[in-house]
Amino acid sequence: MDFRISEERQMLSDMLRRFWGNDPMLEARNAAVYEAPYQVPGVWAQLAELGVFGAFLSEDEGGFGGTAEDVVVVFEEAGRALSAEPLLGQLLVMRLLAGLGRADLLEEMVAGATRGALAFAEPALSVDLSRTAATAARRGDGWVLNGRKSAIYGGPGADVLLVTARTDAGLGLFLLRDAPLIEAAMVDGGGIAELVMEDLAAECLAEDAAPPVEAALDLGRIALCSEAVGAMDMLTAMTVDYLKQRRQFGRPLASFQALQHRVVDMVMEGEQARSIVIRAMASYGTPDQARHVAMAKNLLGRVAPHVAEEAIQLHGGIGMTWEYPGSHYAKRLVLLDHQLGDRRDHALRLMRMCAPDAGAVSRPVTARTPESQTA
Amino acid sequence: MDLDFTAEEQAFRKHVREVIRGELPREISDKVLQGRGLTKEDIECWQAILNRHGWLATTWPAEFGGPGWSVVERHIFNEECALASAPRIVTFGLVMLGPVLIKFGTKEQQDHYLPRILDGRDWWCQGYSEPGAGSDLAGLKTRAVRDGDTYVINGQKTWTTLGQHANWIFCLVRTATEGKPQDGISFVLVDVNSPGVEMRPIKLIDGSKEVNEVFFTDVRVPVTNLVGEENKGWTIAKYLLTHERTNIAGVGHSTKDLEKFRKLAAEIERDGEKVADNPLYAMRAAELEADLEAMRVTNLRLLADASSGAAEGHRSSLLKIKGTQIRQELQNLYRSALGSAAALDADDLSENELAVPVEAARAAPVYFNHRKLSIYGGSNEIQRNIVAKELFRE
Ligand SMILES: Cc1cc2nc3c(=O)[nH]c(=O)nc-3n(C[C@H](O)[C@H](O)[C@H](O)COP(=O)(O)OP(=O)(O)OC[C@H]3O[C@@H](n4cnc5c(N)ncnc54)[C@H](O)[C@@H]3O)c2cc1C
Repeated sequence: MDFRISEERQMLSDMLRRFWGNDPMLEARNAAVYEAPYQVPGVWAQLAELGVFGAFLSEDEGGFGGTAEDVVVVFEEAGRALSAEPLLGQLLVMRLLAGLGRADLLEEMVAGATRGALAFAEPALSVDLSRTAATAARRGDGWVLNGRKSAIYGGPGADVLLVTARTDAGLGLFLLRDAPLIEAAMVDGGGIAELVMEDLAAECLAEDAAPPVEAALDLGRIALCSEAVGAMDMLTAMTVDYLKQRRQFGRPLASFQALQHRVVDMVMEGEQARSIVIRAMASYGTPDQARHVAMAKNLLGRVAPHVAEEAIQLHGGIGMTWEYPGSHYAKRLVLLDHQLGDRRDHALRLMRMCAPDAGAVSRPVTARTPESQTA
Repeated sequence: MDLDFTAEEQAFRKHVREVIRGELPREISDKVLQGRGLTKEDIECWQAILNRHGWLATTWPAEFGGPGWSVVERHIFNEECALASAPRIVTFGLVMLGPVLIKFGTKEQQDHYLPRILDGRDWWCQGYSEPGAGSDLAGLKTRAVRDGDTYVINGQKTWTTLGQHANWIFCLVRTATEGKPQDGISFVLVDVNSPGVEMRPIKLIDGSKEVNEVFFTDVRVPVTNLVGEENKGWTIAKYLLTHERTNIAGVGHSTKDLEKFRKLAAEIERDGEKVADNPLYAMRAAELEADLEAMRVTNLRLLADASSGAAEGHRSSLLKIKGTQIRQELQNLYRSALGSAAALDADDLSENELAVPVEAARAAPVYFNHRKLSIYGGSNEIQRNIVAKELFRE
């Protein structure tokens, strides 16, 4: 057993931490991401230069990474920096295009010149793709889409939009450019969009793409959980610092044991969170993927908002202010649970997998796969 | 034992309900329901309506313009206001300062200020907290130095709720530095438009601007604006806090929020079932309903004790902790029920672009805003300290 990450990944991690690791960056972030274009000017191109998008693809696919570990490294740093760059959309689209062999589009995405976003959720669809209501129909030589897509992360400003819609064959995947998006800020910063489709012409990438879409979404969930781990680490550290500095009743708040214990619980949950992310990461691409990813998203969906609430509380009034960076971390940690299925969606997923007729209940922990051994 | 309201109390409820629902303007209750900010005019409009009925200063004795209600009637009224999505009345003049002036003020102060609170000529805000004095209020540093017939005030207050609308602020200031910190504090009334007073907004986590910093630079205040005796402000401050906590359990708000959740859960669907049928959401709602029902009875038990003069101070601390926990958990559940739609900043969308009912669209910002409930009015940790001190007293 070895929990160290490879040298290359450590380098990527260090590089990102250096790049993001300063306070003015956070100030620029908060000034930029709550209104269009929801990004910090210039950062996207720099991320491309640092190789972030290359890390989303394997060498065969035109990158130098492509595993769950690469994704975990990138998103943990993004979480520490509270980056609101549309990394999630880019990751999901790149993984799907890679699976479809669309090298033509990927090259531009690795370079950061093309940005992608995935439209799979709907007002009444969270994680169960079989409930997709949007439909695709042949029209002449091409296809038209109908229905409403929701919560398209990184939608505003995306060059390429991938859309899921029902076809006769299953869950089709379609490509749109210049989609008529309804754009908004996320409550915690960054861009998000809705899409109402009425006979919208689209290019068909696959008539049934359910398995790759599921796989991409699970990777996206691992990414979000890793982002949460990074953000939790930071917010907990900020809370410790604040309690040491802030004095009331003639002594530092840190000297009150009642508060110390609350922080200890935050740290404990941070450890648990990191462990379940490692578990899910190592199981990605194995038969345990769905189970461990659901566990991770459920666990993070419980502890990340808890850490956010505790941090606000322990800061007192300061924790409630826009000016204090911690409040933005807290928002991120709560809103993460609204992305790609929340803790209850993933608890239900787990409950179904554990139900007696699901055949999974007594399955022993699987032997380690070659992939997890390299972790 | 009888947990029912008396026939008179039920008739009272029916009456106030009809009046509130009949007179509360729809565009104002819609804003409250949807968690949108109220303007100064909205609040003034609602308070003027209540004042016409003599229902504005519910804790004042009848001779000063109060309605002369029992604690139970007051409780019923508060509950009905919350259920109707009425704006919260601005408590600073009505709930805090009014009773202080009635107990500690001079006849002149009462005659001058109380009518102006009722008819809305004065909007008060509360100048207690300072950057260095939050939980440890007695650590406050804002100085008032006597100079003939005036005090000269220097220092800073913060977290001043709705100070932007106020023309008056009541402040705790330091008038002596010897002895225990509590012994050198005085309670003074300051005209916000005096030279040297500067109000700056603080933007909160949800983007709202409801609190302010207030700076005092050589602000001159006539000594007649002192309430009670010099250096005896701490007693007043403590008296005021007991009034601040009268409606602290927020049972009406929680009842309304649970009702809102049930309505939303019956409307929206997720992954093939109504959220109301999702066992995990249904279970959490059921648990919170149980918590709330118990809180309702706890609250009434305390009110019964208060009516008979047997209330123990530390039990109102328990009410505050549990009451705010329930309110915050209901916000949590409501926000969660929206799933991915909660992440959109509703202010960027028109009503027909929303994927969710309009009253739910601001659920996430409203949830964040409600984190304040466990911080202000004496934080929940400070409330626990109060109870613990009582329990472990030698
Ligand atoms: C939205 C909002 C509106 C407000 N409106 C007003 C207003 O109108 N007027 C006004 O005067 N004030 C107002 N306040 C201020 C409020 O009363 C203070 O925020 C509160 O008293 C806490 O003080 P603090 O923020 O300085 O936190 P701190 O006192 O610094 O506390 C930080 C954390 O430490 C905990 N803590 C502190 N001491 C102890 C202890 N001894 N043991 C255990 N835990 C402890 C606290 O509970 C908290 O969790 C408002 C605050 C907010 C957030």
